[in-house]
Amino acid sequence: MSPNETRIDYDVIVGLVERGARVLDLGCGDGQLLARLIAEKGARGTGVEISQAGVQAAIARGLSVVQADLDEGLADYQDQSFDWVILNQTLQSLAKPTLVLEEMLRVGRRSIVGLPNFGYWCLRLRLLLRGRMPASRALPYRWYETPAMRLLTIADFRAYCRERGIRILQEIFLAGEAGHRLRFWPNWRAETAIFVLRGGRN
Amino acid sequence: MAAIIDEHSVGIVETKYVTLFEPPNELRLDSGERLGPITVAYETYGKLNKDRSNAILLCHALSGDAHAAGWHSPHDAKPGWWDVMVGPGKGFDTSKYFCICSNVIGGCMGTTGPSSINPRTGRPYGLSFPVVTIADMVRVQRELLRYLGIETLLSVSGGSMGGMQVLQWAVDYPDMVRSAIPIATAAQQSAQGIAFDVVGRRAIMSDPKWRGGNYYAFNDPPVDGLALARMVGHITYLSEASMRRKFGRRLQDRERYGYDFATEFQVESYLYYQGDKFTQRFDANSYLYITKAIDYFDLTNGKRSLAEAFRNVRAKFLVIAFSSDWLYPPAQSREIVAALKANNVDVSYCEIESDYGHDAFLLEVEEQRKLISNFLAAVAREFNVSEPE
Repeated sequence: MSPNETRIDYDVIVGLVERGARVLDLGCGDGQLLARLIAEKGARGTGVEISQAGVQAAIARGLSVVQADLDEGLADYQDQSFDWVILNQTLQSLAKPTLVLEEMLRVGRRSIVGLPNFGYWCLRLRLLLRGRMPASRALPYRWYETPAMRLLTIADFRAYCRERGIRILQEIFLAGEAGHRLRFWPNWRAETAIFVLRGGRN
Repeated sequence: MAAIIDEHSVGIVETKYVTLFEPPNELRLDSGERLGPITVAYETYGKLNKDRSNAILLCHALSGDAHAAGWHSPHDAKPGWWDVMVGPGKGFDTSKYFCICSNVIGGCMGTTGPSSINPRTGRPYGLSFPVVTIADMVRVQRELLRYLGIETLLSVSGGSMGGMQVLQWAVDYPDMVRSAIPIATAAQQSAQGIAFDVVGRRAIMSDPKWRGGNYYAFNDPPVDGLALARMVGHITYLSEASMRRKFGRRLQDRERYGYDFATEFQVESYLYYQGDKFTQRFDANSYLYITKAIDYFDLTNGKRSLAEAFRNVRAKFLVIAFSSDWLYPPAQSREIVAALKANNVDVSYCEIESDYGHDAFLLEVEEQRKLISNFLAAVAREFNVSEPE
Protein backbone atom coordinates (compact mmCIF):
# COMPACT_ATOMS: atom_id res chain seq x y z
CA MET A 1 0.00 0.00 0.00
CA SER A 2 1.52 3.29 -1.00
CA PRO A 3 2.06 5.76 1.81
CA ASN A 4 0.05 8.55 0.20
CA GLU A 5 -3.03 6.46 -0.48
CA THR A 6 -5.91 7.33 1.77
CA ARG A 7 -6.36 4.34 3.97
CA ILE A 8 -9.92 3.49 4.85
CA ASP A 9 -8.80 1.47 7.86
CA TYR A 10 -6.98 4.58 9.12
CA ASP A 11 -10.17 6.62 8.71
CA VAL A 12 -12.04 4.06 10.79
CA ILE A 13 -9.41 3.99 13.54
CA VAL A 14 -9.12 7.78 13.67
CA GLY A 15 -12.93 7.81 13.99
CA LEU A 16 -12.85 5.43 16.95
CA VAL A 17 -10.30 7.32 19.06
CA GLU A 18 -11.61 10.15 21.21
CA ARG A 19 -9.89 13.53 21.49
CA GLY A 20 -6.79 13.72 23.65
CA ALA A 21 -6.55 9.96 24.11
CA ARG A 22 -3.30 8.25 25.04
CA VAL A 23 -2.47 5.93 22.15
CA LEU A 24 0.14 3.23 21.64
CA ASP A 25 0.51 2.07 18.03
CA LEU A 26 2.17 -1.34 17.78
CA GLY A 27 3.87 -1.95 14.47
CA CYS A 28 3.39 1.70 13.56
CA GLY A 29 5.47 1.53 10.37
CA ASP A 30 6.29 5.01 9.07
CA GLY A 31 3.91 6.55 11.62
CA GLN A 32 1.23 7.72 9.18
CA LEU A 33 -1.67 6.59 11.38
CA LEU A 34 -0.06 7.92 14.54
CA ALA A 35 0.57 11.28 12.89
CA ARG A 36 -3.12 11.46 11.89
CA LEU A 37 -4.27 10.58 15.40
CA ILE A 38 -2.11 13.37 16.81
CA ALA A 39 -3.07 15.92 14.17
CA GLU A 40 -6.79 15.14 13.97
CA LYS A 41 -7.55 13.95 17.50
CA GLY A 42 -4.89 15.68 19.59
CA ALA A 43 -3.89 12.22 20.76
CA ARG A 44 -0.81 11.72 22.88
CA GLY A 45 0.68 8.99 20.80
CA THR A 46 3.75 6.83 20.73
CA GLY A 47 4.71 3.90 18.56
CA VAL A 48 6.67 0.69 18.43
CA GLU A 49 8.23 -0.45 15.18
CA ILE A 50 10.66 -3.21 14.33
CA SER A 51 12.25 -1.76 11.18
CA GLN A 52 14.95 0.89 11.16
CA ALA A 53 13.41 2.45 8.06
CA GLY A 54 10.02 2.72 9.81
CA VAL A 55 11.55 4.30 12.91
CA GLN A 56 13.57 6.69 10.79
CA ALA A 57 10.44 7.76 8.85
CA ALA A 58 8.32 8.12 12.00
CA ILE A 59 10.96 10.29 13.69
CA ALA A 60 11.04 12.40 10.52
CA ARG A 61 7.32 13.04 11.18
CA GLY A 62 8.27 14.27 14.65
CA LEU A 63 6.81 11.20 16.38
CA SER A 64 8.15 9.31 19.38
CA VAL A 65 8.85 5.77 18.29
CA VAL A 66 10.81 2.97 19.88
CA GLN A 67 12.47 0.33 17.76
CA ALA A 68 11.55 -3.02 19.28
CA ASP A 69 10.31 -6.49 18.47
CA LEU A 70 6.70 -6.90 19.62
CA ASP A 71 7.28 -10.63 20.00
CA GLU A 72 9.44 -9.76 23.01
CA GLY A 73 6.40 -8.30 24.78
CA LEU A 74 5.64 -4.85 26.17
CA ALA A 75 7.52 -4.97 29.46
CA ASP A 76 8.39 -1.26 29.21
CA TYR A 77 4.73 -0.29 29.47
CA GLN A 78 2.67 -0.25 32.62
CA ASP A 79 -0.76 -1.83 33.11
CA GLN A 80 -3.64 0.16 31.66
CA SER A 81 -1.37 3.10 30.83
CA PHE A 82 -3.00 3.81 27.44
CA ASP A 83 -6.57 4.59 26.41
CA TRP A 84 -6.00 2.75 23.14
CA VAL A 85 -3.49 0.20 21.96
CA ILE A 86 -3.55 -0.32 18.20
CA LEU A 87 -2.36 -3.40 16.35
CA ASN A 88 -3.30 -2.68 12.78
CA GLN A 89 -2.32 -5.04 9.94
CA THR A 90 0.39 -6.46 12.18
CA LEU A 91 -1.08 -9.50 13.96
CA GLN A 92 -0.56 -11.67 10.89
CA SER A 93 3.20 -10.99 11.02
CA LEU A 94 3.80 -11.88 14.66
CA ALA A 95 5.59 -14.99 15.87
CA LYS A 96 3.81 -14.81 19.23
CA PRO A 97 0.34 -13.36 18.58
CA THR A 98 -1.07 -14.58 21.90
CA LEU A 99 1.70 -12.94 23.91
CA VAL A 100 1.23 -9.67 22.04
CA LEU A 101 -2.58 -9.72 22.39
CA GLU A 102 -2.33 -10.45 26.12
CA GLU A 103 0.19 -7.66 26.49
CA MET A 104 -1.91 -5.13 24.62
CA LEU A 105 -4.96 -5.95 26.72
CA ARG A 106 -2.82 -5.49 29.83
CA VAL A 107 -1.41 -2.13 28.70
CA GLY A 108 -4.50 -0.56 27.16
CA ARG A 109 -8.02 0.15 28.35
CA ARG A 110 -9.21 -0.72 24.87
CA SER A 111 -7.46 -2.26 21.92
CA ILE A 112 -7.93 -2.11 18.19
CA VAL A 113 -6.93 -5.09 16.07
CA GLY A 114 -7.05 -4.67 12.30
CA LEU A 115 -6.80 -7.82 10.17
CA PRO A 116 -6.84 -8.85 6.53
CA ASN A 117 -9.64 -11.43 6.24
CA PHE A 118 -8.52 -14.59 4.55
CA GLY A 119 -12.13 -15.73 4.44
CA TYR A 120 -12.94 -13.08 1.81
CA TRP A 121 -14.84 -14.82 -0.98
CA CYS A 122 -12.46 -13.82 -3.77
CA LEU A 123 -9.57 -15.41 -1.93
CA ARG A 124 -11.54 -18.54 -1.20
CA LEU A 125 -12.60 -18.79 -4.82
CA ARG A 126 -9.11 -18.29 -6.22
CA LEU A 127 -7.68 -20.89 -3.92
CA LEU A 128 -10.52 -23.25 -4.80
CA LEU A 129 -10.39 -22.76 -8.56
CA ARG A 130 -6.71 -22.11 -9.24
CA GLY A 131 -5.28 -24.10 -6.39
CA ARG A 132 -2.76 -21.36 -5.70
CA MET A 133 -2.39 -19.01 -2.76
CA PRO A 134 -4.29 -15.89 -3.70
CA ALA A 135 -3.24 -12.28 -3.37
CA SER A 136 -5.54 -9.33 -2.77
CA ARG A 137 -5.43 -5.65 -1.89
CA ALA A 138 -5.28 -6.54 1.79
CA LEU A 139 -2.86 -9.43 1.23
CA PRO A 140 -0.80 -8.27 -1.73
CA TYR A 141 2.23 -10.58 -1.41
CA ARG A 142 3.26 -13.90 -2.88
CA TRP A 143 3.89 -16.80 -0.54
CA TYR A 144 7.68 -16.38 -0.53
CA GLU A 145 7.69 -12.65 0.16
CA THR A 146 4.74 -12.17 2.45
CA PRO A 147 5.35 -10.95 6.00
CA ALA A 148 2.03 -12.57 6.87
CA MET A 149 2.95 -15.77 8.63
CA ARG A 150 -0.55 -16.32 9.94
CA LEU A 151 -3.50 -16.40 7.62
CA LEU A 152 -6.75 -16.15 9.53
CA THR A 153 -10.35 -15.25 8.95
CA ILE A 154 -12.86 -13.13 10.84
CA ALA A 155 -14.45 -16.34 12.11
CA ASP A 156 -11.06 -17.56 13.33
CA PHE A 157 -10.44 -14.38 15.28
CA ARG A 158 -13.92 -14.39 16.79
CA ALA A 159 -13.43 -17.99 17.89
CA TYR A 160 -10.05 -17.14 19.34
CA CYS A 161 -11.53 -14.29 21.41
CA ARG A 162 -14.40 -16.49 22.57
CA GLU A 163 -12.05 -19.27 23.70
CA ARG A 164 -9.91 -16.84 25.67
CA GLY A 165 -12.72 -14.77 27.10
CA ILE A 166 -11.61 -11.65 25.25
CA ARG A 167 -14.54 -9.30 24.95
CA ILE A 168 -15.12 -7.81 21.49
CA LEU A 169 -16.79 -4.43 21.97
CA GLN A 170 -17.19 -3.54 18.33
CA GLU A 171 -16.55 -5.00 14.89
CA ILE A 172 -16.12 -3.04 11.68
CA PHE A 173 -15.91 -4.84 8.35
CA LEU A 174 -14.65 -3.18 5.21
CA ALA A 175 -15.03 -4.29 1.61
CA GLY A 176 -14.08 -3.18 -1.86
CA GLU A 177 -11.99 -0.38 -3.25
CA ALA A 178 -14.15 2.26 -1.55
CA GLY A 179 -13.91 0.40 1.73
CA HIS A 180 -17.62 0.59 2.47
CA ARG A 181 -18.78 -0.93 5.69
CA LEU A 182 -20.53 -4.28 5.72
CA ARG A 183 -23.01 -5.70 8.17
CA PHE A 184 -23.97 -9.08 6.78
CA TRP A 185 -21.84 -12.09 5.92
CA PRO A 186 -18.58 -10.33 6.81
CA ASN A 187 -16.47 -13.50 6.80
CA TRP A 188 -17.38 -13.90 3.12
CA ARG A 189 -17.53 -10.31 2.04
CA ALA A 190 -14.99 -8.29 4.06
CA GLU A 191 -11.42 -7.77 2.95
CA THR A 192 -10.45 -6.12 6.20
CA ALA A 193 -11.83 -6.34 9.73
CA ILE A 194 -11.29 -4.02 12.65
CA PHE A 195 -12.06 -5.29 16.13
CA VAL A 196 -12.33 -3.21 19.27
CA LEU A 197 -11.38 -5.26 22.32
CA ARG A 198 -11.89 -4.51 25.96
CA GLY A 199 -8.61 -4.21 27.84
CA GLY A 200 -7.73 -5.36 31.31
CA ARG A 201 -8.49 -8.85 32.53
CA ASN A 202 -11.28 -10.07 30.31
CA MET B 1 46.63 16.94 3.07
CA ALA B 2 44.91 20.20 3.80
CA ALA B 3 41.60 21.34 5.19
CA ILE B 4 38.48 20.79 3.09
CA ILE B 5 36.28 23.78 3.70
CA ASP B 6 33.02 23.48 1.78
CA GLU B 7 29.54 24.87 2.38
CA HIS B 8 28.90 22.16 5.01
CA SER B 9 31.97 23.00 7.06
CA VAL B 10 32.05 25.40 10.00
CA GLY B 11 35.39 26.50 8.54
CA ILE B 12 38.37 27.70 10.56
CA VAL B 13 37.64 27.69 14.27
CA GLU B 14 39.51 28.54 17.41
CA THR B 15 39.57 26.95 20.85
CA LYS B 16 38.72 29.48 23.54
CA TYR B 17 39.59 29.37 27.20
CA VAL B 18 37.88 30.63 30.32
CA THR B 19 38.85 30.24 33.95
CA LEU B 20 36.01 29.35 36.29
CA PHE B 21 35.65 28.33 39.94
CA GLU B 22 38.17 30.89 41.13
CA PRO B 23 38.76 30.56 44.88
CA PRO B 24 36.89 30.89 47.14
CA ASN B 25 34.21 29.57 44.74
CA GLU B 26 35.90 26.26 44.05
CA LEU B 27 34.01 23.36 42.53
CA ARG B 28 32.86 20.80 45.07
CA LEU B 29 33.52 17.41 43.55
CA ASP B 30 31.68 14.13 44.13
CA SER B 31 34.73 12.95 46.06
CA GLY B 32 34.16 15.77 48.56
CA GLU B 33 37.31 17.61 47.51
CA ARG B 34 37.28 21.17 46.26
CA LEU B 35 39.01 22.27 43.08
CA GLY B 36 39.64 25.69 41.61
CA PRO B 37 40.48 27.60 39.60
CA ILE B 38 39.49 25.46 36.61
CA THR B 39 40.35 26.51 33.09
CA VAL B 40 37.90 25.25 30.48
CA ALA B 41 38.76 24.88 26.80
CA TYR B 42 35.73 25.20 24.54
CA GLU B 43 34.63 25.87 21.00
CA THR B 44 31.35 27.18 19.63
CA TYR B 45 29.82 26.90 16.18
CA GLY B 46 26.89 28.83 14.74
CA LYS B 47 25.04 31.72 16.32
CA LEU B 48 22.76 32.10 19.31
CA ASN B 49 19.23 33.21 18.44
CA LYS B 50 17.56 36.23 20.02
CA ASP B 51 16.12 34.41 23.05
CA ARG B 52 19.15 32.15 23.47
CA SER B 53 17.06 29.03 23.02
CA ASN B 54 18.95 27.29 20.21
CA ALA B 55 22.03 26.09 22.10
CA ILE B 56 23.17 22.49 21.84
CA LEU B 57 25.89 21.04 24.04
CA LEU B 58 28.07 18.36 22.47
CA CYS B 59 29.90 16.05 24.87
CA HIS B 60 33.06 14.27 23.82
CA ALA B 61 34.17 10.72 24.53
CA LEU B 62 37.25 9.40 26.33
CA SER B 63 39.89 10.67 23.91
CA GLY B 64 37.99 13.63 22.47
CA ASP B 65 38.41 17.34 23.05
CA ALA B 66 36.71 20.70 22.59
CA HIS B 67 37.48 20.66 18.88
CA ALA B 68 34.30 18.99 17.61
CA ALA B 69 34.08 20.55 14.17
CA GLY B 70 35.95 22.58 11.58
CA TRP B 71 39.67 23.15 11.25
CA HIS B 72 42.18 25.00 13.36
CA SER B 73 44.27 25.91 10.33
CA PRO B 74 44.10 25.40 6.57
CA HIS B 75 47.01 22.98 6.93
CA ASP B 76 45.29 20.61 9.38
CA ALA B 77 45.25 16.99 8.29
CA LYS B 78 42.00 16.28 10.12
CA PRO B 79 38.95 18.29 11.21
CA GLY B 80 37.28 18.16 14.64
CA TRP B 81 36.21 14.78 16.01
CA TRP B 82 32.51 15.11 15.08
CA ASP B 83 32.92 17.21 11.95
CA VAL B 84 30.78 14.73 9.97
CA MET B 85 27.81 15.62 12.17
CA VAL B 86 28.36 19.31 13.00
CA GLY B 87 28.10 22.04 10.38
CA PRO B 88 25.68 23.86 8.07
CA GLY B 89 23.15 21.30 6.81
CA LYS B 90 24.59 18.48 8.91
CA GLY B 91 22.92 16.57 11.78
CA PHE B 92 23.66 19.40 14.18
CA ASP B 93 22.93 22.17 11.71
CA THR B 94 25.04 25.16 12.70
CA SER B 95 22.99 27.45 10.47
CA LYS B 96 20.10 26.82 12.89
CA TYR B 97 21.70 25.90 16.18
CA PHE B 98 24.47 27.24 18.38
CA CYS B 99 26.71 24.29 19.26
CA ILE B 100 29.13 24.22 22.16
CA CYS B 101 31.77 21.63 22.96
CA SER B 102 34.20 21.75 25.86
CA ASN B 103 37.06 19.56 27.00
CA VAL B 104 36.16 17.61 30.16
CA ILE B 105 37.70 18.26 33.55
CA GLY B 106 40.57 15.81 34.06
CA GLY B 107 41.38 16.05 30.34
CA CYS B 108 44.57 17.19 28.67
CA MET B 109 43.29 19.31 25.81
CA GLY B 110 43.14 22.67 27.52
CA THR B 111 40.78 22.05 30.43
CA THR B 112 42.32 21.65 33.86
CA GLY B 113 43.52 18.13 34.48
CA PRO B 114 46.41 16.21 36.04
CA SER B 115 48.92 17.68 33.58
CA SER B 116 47.91 21.25 34.47
CA ILE B 117 49.97 23.38 36.82
CA ASN B 118 48.67 23.39 40.37
CA PRO B 119 48.71 27.11 41.25
CA ARG B 120 49.50 26.25 44.88
CA THR B 121 52.71 24.39 44.07
CA GLY B 122 53.67 25.76 40.68
CA ARG B 123 54.08 22.17 39.48
CA PRO B 124 51.80 19.81 37.53
CA TYR B 125 49.13 18.16 39.67
CA GLY B 126 49.99 14.59 38.70
CA LEU B 127 48.19 12.20 41.03
CA SER B 128 47.47 15.01 43.50
CA PHE B 129 44.70 15.96 41.07
CA PRO B 130 41.40 14.90 42.66
CA VAL B 131 39.48 12.00 41.14
CA VAL B 132 36.60 13.35 39.07
CA THR B 133 33.30 11.83 37.95
CA ILE B 134 30.96 12.22 35.00
CA ALA B 135 28.76 14.39 37.24
CA ASP B 136 31.77 16.63 37.95
CA MET B 137 32.37 17.00 34.21
CA VAL B 138 28.75 18.07 33.85
CA ARG B 139 29.03 20.58 36.72
CA VAL B 140 31.92 22.27 34.92
CA GLN B 141 29.92 22.36 31.67
CA ARG B 142 26.98 23.88 33.58
CA GLU B 143 29.27 26.66 34.81
CA LEU B 144 30.64 27.24 31.31
CA LEU B 145 27.06 27.69 30.05
CA ARG B 146 26.37 30.18 32.83
CA TYR B 147 29.45 32.10 31.70
CA LEU B 148 28.15 32.01 28.11
CA GLY B 149 24.74 33.26 29.27
CA ILE B 150 22.86 30.08 28.33
CA GLU B 151 20.12 28.87 30.65
CA THR B 152 18.37 26.32 28.45
CA LEU B 153 19.76 23.71 26.12
CA LEU B 154 17.73 22.77 23.08
CA SER B 155 19.67 19.54 23.22
CA VAL B 156 22.64 17.80 24.70
CA SER B 157 24.28 15.01 22.78
CA GLY B 158 27.30 12.77 22.66
CA GLY B 159 28.44 9.21 22.19
CA SER B 160 30.09 6.74 24.52
CA MET B 161 31.37 8.68 27.56
CA GLY B 162 29.76 11.71 25.93
CA GLY B 163 26.44 9.86 26.17
CA MET B 164 27.01 9.32 29.88
CA GLN B 165 27.34 13.09 30.28
CA VAL B 166 24.10 13.48 28.31
CA LEU B 167 22.24 11.20 30.75
CA GLN B 168 23.81 12.97 33.72
CA TRP B 169 22.72 16.33 32.32
CA ALA B 170 19.11 15.18 31.95
CA VAL B 171 19.12 13.89 35.54
CA ASP B 172 21.01 16.74 37.24
CA TYR B 173 19.60 19.74 35.36
CA PRO B 174 16.10 18.63 34.25
CA ASP B 175 14.85 22.20 33.88
CA MET B 176 17.68 23.21 31.55
CA VAL B 177 17.55 20.33 29.09
CA ARG B 178 14.79 20.25 26.46
CA SER B 179 16.09 17.22 24.65
CA ALA B 180 18.80 14.64 24.98
CA ILE B 181 20.51 12.41 22.40
CA PRO B 182 22.66 9.76 24.10
CA ILE B 183 24.45 7.60 21.56
CA ALA B 184 26.17 4.20 21.99
CA THR B 185 26.22 4.53 25.74
CA ALA B 186 24.91 3.10 29.02
CA ALA B 187 23.45 4.27 32.31
CA GLN B 188 26.22 2.42 34.10
CA GLN B 189 29.62 1.13 33.08
CA SER B 190 29.43 -2.65 32.81
CA ALA B 191 31.80 -5.08 34.51
CA GLN B 192 33.24 -5.83 31.07
CA GLY B 193 33.80 -2.14 30.42
CA ILE B 194 35.51 -1.70 33.79
CA ALA B 195 37.66 -4.74 33.04
CA PHE B 196 39.08 -3.23 29.85
CA ASP B 197 39.70 0.09 31.60
CA VAL B 198 41.53 -1.70 34.40
CA VAL B 199 43.86 -3.31 31.86
CA GLY B 200 44.50 0.10 30.31
CA ARG B 201 45.27 1.72 33.65
CA ARG B 202 47.54 -1.11 34.70
CA ALA B 203 49.44 -0.84 31.43
CA ILE B 204 50.14 2.83 32.20
CA MET B 205 50.92 2.40 35.88
CA SER B 206 53.29 -0.49 35.28
CA ASP B 207 55.33 1.51 32.78
CA PRO B 208 58.51 2.47 34.74
CA LYS B 209 58.40 5.88 33.09
CA TRP B 210 55.07 6.58 34.76
CA ARG B 211 56.96 7.24 38.04
CA GLY B 212 53.89 7.32 40.25
CA GLY B 213 52.34 9.91 37.96
CA ASN B 214 55.18 12.45 38.38
CA TYR B 215 56.73 12.12 34.95
CA TYR B 216 56.18 15.65 33.73
CA ALA B 217 59.57 17.00 34.80
CA PHE B 218 61.49 14.24 33.00
CA ASN B 219 60.35 14.95 29.46
CA ASP B 220 60.06 11.18 29.02
CA PRO B 221 56.40 10.22 29.49
CA PRO B 222 55.13 6.61 29.84
CA VAL B 223 54.35 6.23 26.16
CA ASP B 224 54.60 2.44 26.12
CA GLY B 225 51.98 2.05 28.83
CA LEU B 226 49.69 4.62 27.24
CA ALA B 227 50.07 3.08 23.78
CA LEU B 228 49.21 -0.33 25.20
CA ALA B 229 46.15 1.10 26.94
CA ARG B 230 45.04 2.64 23.66
CA MET B 231 45.58 -0.63 21.78
CA VAL B 232 43.29 -2.44 24.22
CA GLY B 233 40.79 0.37 23.87
CA HIS B 234 40.82 0.17 20.09
CA ILE B 235 40.00 -3.53 20.18
CA THR B 236 36.85 -2.71 22.13
CA TYR B 237 35.83 -0.06 19.58
CA LEU B 238 35.80 -2.51 16.68
CA SER B 239 33.88 -5.72 16.07
CA GLU B 240 34.90 -9.14 14.89
CA ALA B 241 33.18 -8.45 11.56
CA SER B 242 34.79 -5.04 11.08
CA MET B 243 38.24 -6.42 11.94
CA ARG B 244 37.74 -9.29 9.53
CA ARG B 245 36.72 -6.91 6.76
CA LYS B 246 39.34 -4.26 7.52
CA PHE B 247 42.34 -6.55 8.13
CA GLY B 248 41.48 -10.21 7.90
CA ARG B 249 44.66 -12.22 8.35
CA ARG B 250 46.46 -10.07 5.81
CA LEU B 251 50.13 -9.32 6.32
CA GLN B 252 51.64 -5.85 6.29
CA ASP B 253 54.45 -5.27 3.74
CA ARG B 254 55.13 -9.02 3.52
CA GLU B 255 54.17 -11.86 1.28
CA ARG B 256 54.75 -14.71 3.72
CA TYR B 257 55.35 -15.33 7.40
CA GLY B 258 58.70 -14.13 8.70
CA TYR B 259 58.85 -16.53 11.66
CA ASP B 260 59.92 -13.66 13.90
CA PHE B 261 58.26 -11.05 16.11
CA ALA B 262 58.39 -8.09 13.80
CA THR B 263 55.10 -6.32 13.15
CA GLU B 264 53.54 -8.69 10.69
CA PHE B 265 49.75 -8.73 10.59
CA GLN B 266 47.81 -5.73 9.33
CA VAL B 267 45.73 -5.68 12.50
CA GLU B 268 48.95 -5.64 14.50
CA SER B 269 50.30 -2.75 12.49
CA TYR B 270 47.00 -0.88 12.90
CA LEU B 271 46.99 -1.26 16.69
CA TYR B 272 50.64 -0.18 16.98
CA TYR B 273 49.94 2.82 14.81
CA GLN B 274 46.86 3.83 16.81
CA GLY B 275 48.73 3.34 20.08
CA ASP B 276 51.75 5.38 19.05
CA LYS B 277 49.71 8.15 17.45
CA PHE B 278 47.70 8.49 20.65
CA THR B 279 50.78 9.08 22.81
CA GLN B 280 51.61 12.16 20.76
CA ARG B 281 48.43 13.91 21.80
CA PHE B 282 47.23 12.40 25.05
CA ASP B 283 48.43 12.52 28.63
CA ALA B 284 48.76 9.19 30.44
CA ASN B 285 47.45 10.53 33.74
CA SER B 286 44.39 11.99 32.00
CA TYR B 287 43.74 8.51 30.64
CA LEU B 288 43.74 7.19 34.21
CA TYR B 289 41.41 9.91 35.49
CA ILE B 290 38.94 9.79 32.64
CA THR B 291 38.64 6.00 32.55
CA LYS B 292 38.13 6.07 36.32
CA ALA B 293 35.30 8.58 35.86
CA ILE B 294 33.73 6.22 33.32
CA ASP B 295 34.09 3.25 35.68
CA TYR B 296 32.44 5.13 38.54
CA PHE B 297 29.52 6.06 36.31
CA ASP B 298 26.32 4.43 37.52
CA LEU B 299 23.09 6.39 37.56
CA THR B 300 21.47 3.72 39.74
CA ASN B 301 24.03 4.28 42.49
CA GLY B 302 22.08 5.03 45.66
CA LYS B 303 18.78 4.42 43.86
CA ARG B 304 16.54 1.38 43.77
CA SER B 305 16.35 1.41 40.00
CA LEU B 306 17.25 3.35 36.91
CA ALA B 307 13.60 4.39 36.66
CA GLU B 308 13.96 6.07 40.05
CA ALA B 309 17.13 7.82 38.87
CA PHE B 310 15.17 9.24 35.92
CA ARG B 311 12.21 10.39 38.03
CA ASN B 312 12.74 14.13 37.46
CA VAL B 313 13.84 13.88 33.85
CA ARG B 314 11.82 16.15 31.57
CA ALA B 315 13.86 16.15 28.37
CA LYS B 316 12.56 14.50 25.24
CA PHE B 317 14.93 11.67 24.31
CA LEU B 318 16.38 10.15 21.18
CA VAL B 319 18.44 7.11 22.15
CA ILE B 320 20.69 5.60 19.49
CA ALA B 321 22.55 2.28 19.65
CA PHE B 322 24.43 0.13 17.13
CA SER B 323 23.76 -3.54 16.54
CA SER B 324 27.40 -4.68 16.69
CA ASP B 325 28.53 -2.46 19.59
CA TRP B 326 29.67 -4.88 22.28
CA LEU B 327 31.28 -2.25 24.52
CA TYR B 328 27.94 -0.47 25.05
CA PRO B 329 25.55 -3.01 23.56
CA PRO B 330 22.00 -2.13 22.45
CA ALA B 331 20.61 -3.96 25.51
CA GLN B 332 22.08 -1.20 27.68
CA SER B 333 20.36 1.45 25.57
CA ARG B 334 17.10 -0.48 25.84
CA GLU B 335 17.45 -0.33 29.63
CA ILE B 336 17.66 3.44 29.36
CA VAL B 337 14.57 3.50 27.12
CA ALA B 338 12.59 1.25 29.49
CA ALA B 339 13.47 3.38 32.52
CA LEU B 340 12.49 6.56 30.67
CA LYS B 341 9.21 4.95 29.55
CA ALA B 342 8.48 4.04 33.16
CA ASN B 343 8.59 7.78 33.89
CA ASN B 344 6.40 8.67 30.89
CA VAL B 345 9.31 10.47 29.28
CA ASP B 346 8.87 11.12 25.58
CA VAL B 347 11.48 8.79 24.08
CA SER B 348 12.45 7.50 20.68
CA TYR B 349 14.91 4.68 20.18
CA CYS B 350 16.73 3.55 17.07
CA GLU B 351 19.10 0.63 16.80
CA ILE B 352 21.21 1.25 13.74
CA GLU B 353 22.25 -1.88 11.87
CA SER B 354 26.02 -1.70 11.56
CA ASP B 355 29.02 -3.98 11.84
CA TYR B 356 31.46 -1.23 12.82
CA GLY B 357 31.12 -2.01 16.54
CA HIS B 358 31.32 0.87 19.02
CA ASP B 359 33.12 3.04 16.45
CA ALA B 360 29.87 3.10 14.48
CA PHE B 361 28.84 6.21 16.39
CA LEU B 362 31.48 8.16 14.47
CA LEU B 363 31.12 6.22 11.20
CA GLU B 364 27.41 5.60 10.55
CA VAL B 365 26.92 9.17 9.44
CA GLU B 366 23.92 9.12 7.13
CA GLU B 367 21.43 7.29 9.36
CA GLN B 368 22.42 9.40 12.36
CA ARG B 369 22.31 12.62 10.37
CA LYS B 370 18.69 11.97 9.40
CA LEU B 371 17.63 10.85 12.88
CA ILE B 372 19.30 13.75 14.66
CA SER B 373 18.27 16.52 12.27
CA ASN B 374 14.63 15.35 12.16
CA PHE B 375 14.49 14.89 15.92
CA LEU B 376 15.99 18.34 16.57
CA ALA B 377 13.62 19.92 14.05
CA ALA B 378 10.65 18.44 15.96
CA VAL B 379 11.97 19.67 19.31
CA ALA B 380 12.68 23.14 17.86
CA ARG B 381 9.10 23.26 16.50
CA GLU B 382 7.64 22.17 19.83
CA PHE B 383 9.46 24.94 21.70
CA ASN B 384 9.12 27.60 18.98
CA VAL B 385 12.85 27.97 18.68
CA SER B 386 13.68 30.63 16.12
CA GLU B 387 16.65 30.55 13.80
CA PRO B 388 19.50 32.97 14.49
CA GLU B 389 19.48 36.25 12.57
